[in-house]
Amino acid sequence: MNLLEVQDLTKHYPIRAGLLQREVGRVRAVDGVSFHIAKGETLALVGESGCGKTTVSRCVLRALSPTSGAIRFATSENQFVDLATLSKRQIRPLRRHIQMIFQDPYASLNPRMLVGDIIAEPLKVNGASAAEQRDRVAELLELVQLPPGARTRFPHAFSGGQRQRVGIARALALNPRLVVADEPVSALDVSVQAQIINLLLDLQDRLGISMLFVAHDLSVVRHVSDRVAVMYVGRIVEVAPTDALYRAPMHPYTEALLAAVPAPDPARRGHRRVAQGEVADPANPPPGCAFHPRCPYATEQCRVERPALTALADGRWVSCHRTQELELIGVR
Amino acid sequence: MRPIPMVERVALAVRDLAVQFASEQGVVRALDGVSFDLQAGRTLGVVGESGCGKSVTARSILRLVDRPGRITAGRMLLDPGTAGEVDLATLDPESKTMRGVRGGRIGLIFQEPMTALSVHYTVGNQIIEAVRQHSDISAAAARNRAIELLGEVGIPRPETRLSAYPFELSGGLRQRVGIAMALAGDPQIVIADEPTTALDVTTQAQILALLQRLQREKNIALMLITHDMGVIAEMADDVAVMYLGRVVEYAPVEEVFATPRHPYTRALLRAVPSILATPRQRLSTIGGAVPHPGSRPSGCAFHPRCVEQLGAICAEQSPRPIAPGQAGAACFKAEQGAAA
Repeated sequence: MNLLEVQDLTKHYPIRAGLLQREVGRVRAVDGVSFHIAKGETLALVGESGCGKTTVSRCVLRALSPTSGAIRFATSENQFVDLATLSKRQIRPLRRHIQMIFQDPYASLNPRMLVGDIIAEPLKVNGASAAEQRDRVAELLELVQLPPGARTRFPHAFSGGQRQRVGIARALALNPRLVVADEPVSALDVSVQAQIINLLLDLQDRLGISMLFVAHDLSVVRHVSDRVAVMYVGRIVEVAPTDALYRAPMHPYTEALLAAVPAPDPARRGHRRVAQGEVADPANPPPGCAFHPRCPYATEQCRVERPALTALADGRWVSCHRTQELELIGVR
Repeated sequence: MRPIPMVERVALAVRDLAVQFASEQGVVRALDGVSFDLQAGRTLGVVGESGCGKSVTARSILRLVDRPGRITAGRMLLDPGTAGEVDLATLDPESKTMRGVRGGRIGLIFQEPMTALSVHYTVGNQIIEAVRQHSDISAAAARNRAIELLGEVGIPRPETRLSAYPFELSGGLRQRVGIAMALAGDPQIVIADEPTTALDVTTQAQILALLQRLQREKNIALMLITHDMGVIAEMADDVAVMYLGRVVEYAPVEEVFATPRHPYTRALLRAVPSILATPRQRLSTIGGAVPHPGSRPSGCAFHPRCVEQLGAICAEQSPRPIAPGQAGAACFKAEQGAAA
């Protein structure tokens, strides 16, 4: 059963110029993105900066209002609402179902609040009694493996990893149906990052959390996600189950991304092929397939005709004219 | 312990370097006896988690440690054993010699190239200025040299880029300009402090390839500071693993990954997420977090987090530092293993 169905989502920003601030162009930050997240599933949204992954996540959270498209969200077993069309007021009662884990555990916790109050705040806002708050906070601290005494201390007493646990406890306080995590481990040191990755895996197992996991680190994504959607210049170029995507990518950009990651093994040195050029400008994307100027396999068709995201076997989706004839190389 | 094969020339020999920061809570030993060599034509990868002292090491070499920090012991010999030998530790940071070293004999590449670049001047202005600071040539010659440098770092149509302001460039191009700036003084040594951490992965791959090419062409001694074991595996010839202000392991890169000597290195390697992971694969973790350098544990600083610790000896005594130029680990268990 799907928890979230995003269809043809776009978010455009006008470029204004001149005395009258007339619209002279549009930045197509998100330009026709479709995906779904099943209940209990973690979908990773990956891509390089400017690809639109964070904009998508902010639209799902309705921190941004989409330009067009639908964001259907299951508020219960068989009732969907379209978050894209709701007003701020209509959204408010739904907010408890979608919570967020932030990147920076230093900036996302109020330094003047006790950890217990930070975690209890969403409960309080939703009308929980003092006793309910106390019990739930104790439960949550245990869940994220923080000592019970943590509730009476301030965030500054904790390391980055412990603060991220506090942020996770707060996100889980209301038993959300969907958690949006935007780069939740990228600000952490390796040893701490490993602890938080394991915690997320535990929580997925124990609570069956559904998660939209926004990240640029393809190694982290391989550990925590069930499926991966790869974005390039505002569009999804490939969606696939995680293992299949890494072993046998079907879009040349996915291949280039995987090849660019330095593996922690000196024996693999020098085997990488480096993609040329730079990420295209979403205000002025190339015609045809946006990746064609950097794609070693591009043909005339790729330069003029934009490929559609097309379903293949085994739950895979790819937007590439040549995907059937190419034998792309993954990592294994 | 077997010696690392000697290469033709040591460009910089750091010996027993200690840096302390005085604070209200007491003295923080940011570096506590760090020794290593930088060799011409080789890359030393310096790896460790935040607070381990890798950036302080770089700043000390360039004499950029600000008050209340100060170098309390140790030597940093530039061109040791030659007529031009200089101990950077003894120089006044503001002296003419030191200014000639900084950006001249030693180039510096930052994580965020805007650290090295001004927003107020064009790329051309800044590179030309850097070129003229370190060599006595005409404005026209400096301009040609700047164009040449931008070409060397792979910037297309360099003549046209001279008039660009840094903010007009993408992150990748900006880091290329940062590298051109570092090369302006024709350095023998380049220190790169997390040069690709702020970049996207395909851009990172391009910049790493560029650094490799420039190093080979110019026989540069490269000190590459990173927290990323993947970057180390890709780039380093030798590796120094740092923990709380000390080098805890030093070895050729293949050995560090295949047969790590220090329990911290082993733990770090097991904790790194891998692009080769199986679905839902859990990682080995290191218990706790890196302690604040102001509250350094007794004995071996890693012992409270070490799953291989031997008990009292690790808690009470300091393991012997690694002899410079030799592969080894500062660890009682590794010493026992080496002796057996």
